[in-house]
Amino acid sequence: MDSNIKMRADKVNFFYGSTQALKSVNINIFKNQVTALIGPSGCGKSTFIRLFNRMNELVVNTRLTGKIYIDSQDINLLCIDAVDIRRRVGMVFQKPNPFPKSIFDNIAYGLRVNGIKDKNFIEERVIQTLKKAALWDEVKCRLKESALGLSGGQQQRLCIARCLAVETEVILFDEPCASLDPISTGKIEELILELKKDYTIVIVTHNMQQAARVSDFTGFFLLGELIEFGKTSDIFTAPKDKRTEAYITGRFG
Amino acid sequence: MNYKRIKEKIYKWIFTVLAFSSLFFLVGIMIVLFKEGTPIFKDVGFFKFLFGSKWYPTYEPPDFGILPLILGSIWVTAGAIIVCVPLGVGSALYLNELAGFRQRQFLKPIIELLASIPSVVYGFFGMVIVTPFLQKTFNLPTGLTALNASLILGLMATPTVCSIAEDALSYVPRSFREASFAVGANRWQTLTRVVIPAAGSGISTAIILGMSRAIGETMTVLMVAGGAGVIPKTFLDPVRPMTSAIAAEMGEAPMGGDHYHALFAIALILFLITFVFNIIAEIISRRFRIKLGLSG
Repeated sequence: MDSNIKMRADKVNFFYGSTQALKSVNINIFKNQVTALIGPSGCGKSTFIRLFNRMNELVVNTRLTGKIYIDSQDINLLCIDAVDIRRRVGMVFQKPNPFPKSIFDNIAYGLRVNGIKDKNFIEERVIQTLKKAALWDEVKCRLKESALGLSGGQQQRLCIARCLAVETEVILFDEPCASLDPISTGKIEELILELKKDYTIVIVTHNMQQAARVSDFTGFFLLGELIEFGKTSDIFTAPKDKRTEAYITGRFG
Repeated sequence: MNYKRIKEKIYKWIFTVLAFSSLFFLVGIMIVLFKEGTPIFKDVGFFKFLFGSKWYPTYEPPDFGILPLILGSIWVTAGAIIVCVPLGVGSALYLNELAGFRQRQFLKPIIELLASIPSVVYGFFGMVIVTPFLQKTFNLPTGLTALNASLILGLMATPTVCSIAEDALSYVPRSFREASFAVGANRWQTLTRVVIPAAGSGISTAIILGMSRAIGETMTVLMVAGGAGVIPKTFLDPVRPMTSAIAAEMGEAPMGGDHYHALFAIALILFLITFVFNIIAEIISRRFRIKLGLSG
């Protein structure tokens, strides 16, 4: 397999009960690139990225067929623990979801559950990730205060920092700006471009301008199918499929 | 004024009166308790009444020290807490975190059904099953002891604790759990470090309401606690909690006499204790809802 491929989905079908949410999806996610997944609500793109950190297992009555690979390793083998996968593949959710703990503890949480006890190390890492997430200047004097007192945009950057602290290889963004104002959105986008150097990034978004701004590759989902996948510049300037063209020109969605 | 508007006004009045009637009854009960209970404080003295170690209301001269009764209540309530917290919180955790959908649909109503068993039935169960068992196991002169009352009260308070604790756990947003799993926490870590702390004050509320249920329970303790109005030394001593003293003696106390007033004073103290418990529970649960960003 191409060494530039970080993750791969191979003929993936996914079911909620008897409803099929994903239909034979094949995709390659390239290393240190930003891949955007676009498509109308309910097309299965969020369901799809949640397969890469096995988050859908927490939902009852679901079924997966096909294979998901990370570094050419099948992640759904019985001998592989979902916990180990999630330590490698972080996730930032649609709604900022900090814990009702202090700002410091929110970030330290991921380190602590991974068995790190060294206080100095934790402190250093917290500061370092807050800086990386462009949040340090805003919170450096209130690390012991509750994270719920932050604004929505700050909370979302905190969630990104929480994810960075565990040093994952991949970050999945599930509509990270859906509940944010344009200025916060801009900051998150800058951050994503910055993080690309060290991480492989997949971002689900409703906002096509956002996909065009941040991503290198784009996949268009419709009714559970991956209609088209390619370089973002190609998808947005010369889509091959009529449906992709209709969607990105705003004729439906 | 037309007919329709009058009708509407009448309805409004009826419901206003109904809504305020509980306030009226609460105030009424408080007034009666104060009026009938306070005379004993004048005769005996407030502190002597509260901390006197002898309760011999029918002796000549009588002793009105309710410390043995208060301690009796405290012992059985403390014992009940030891029983109902692990049972109630444990089953709530199981129901919320581990049980599948079907198991929960099946188990939750059953646990709640425990609450609908009349207390006299619990008392009966305690007398017939638990009493001989304790008597034999610990080789006691009687099985009617603080331990017996604790076990039965604990069982009775379990559904209260379980149901409120389960509500508290289910209010913890799914996003907290997802966030925890997403950074590589396992189930146990998520439960102990995120879910339980987030639901902590809700669970404390559950425990306090369970306590208030246990301390106010009468019929069961009357039947199984043994009824000895002396200061208990171990859980294997018979005790006479405040509620059972009132229930057992009110019928014999001459109306308007010292004994009668003393029983009212006990009721007053009991009322104040449960009142405080409930207020604490309310304050904690309000904080809990604010903390989780639910409506205050």
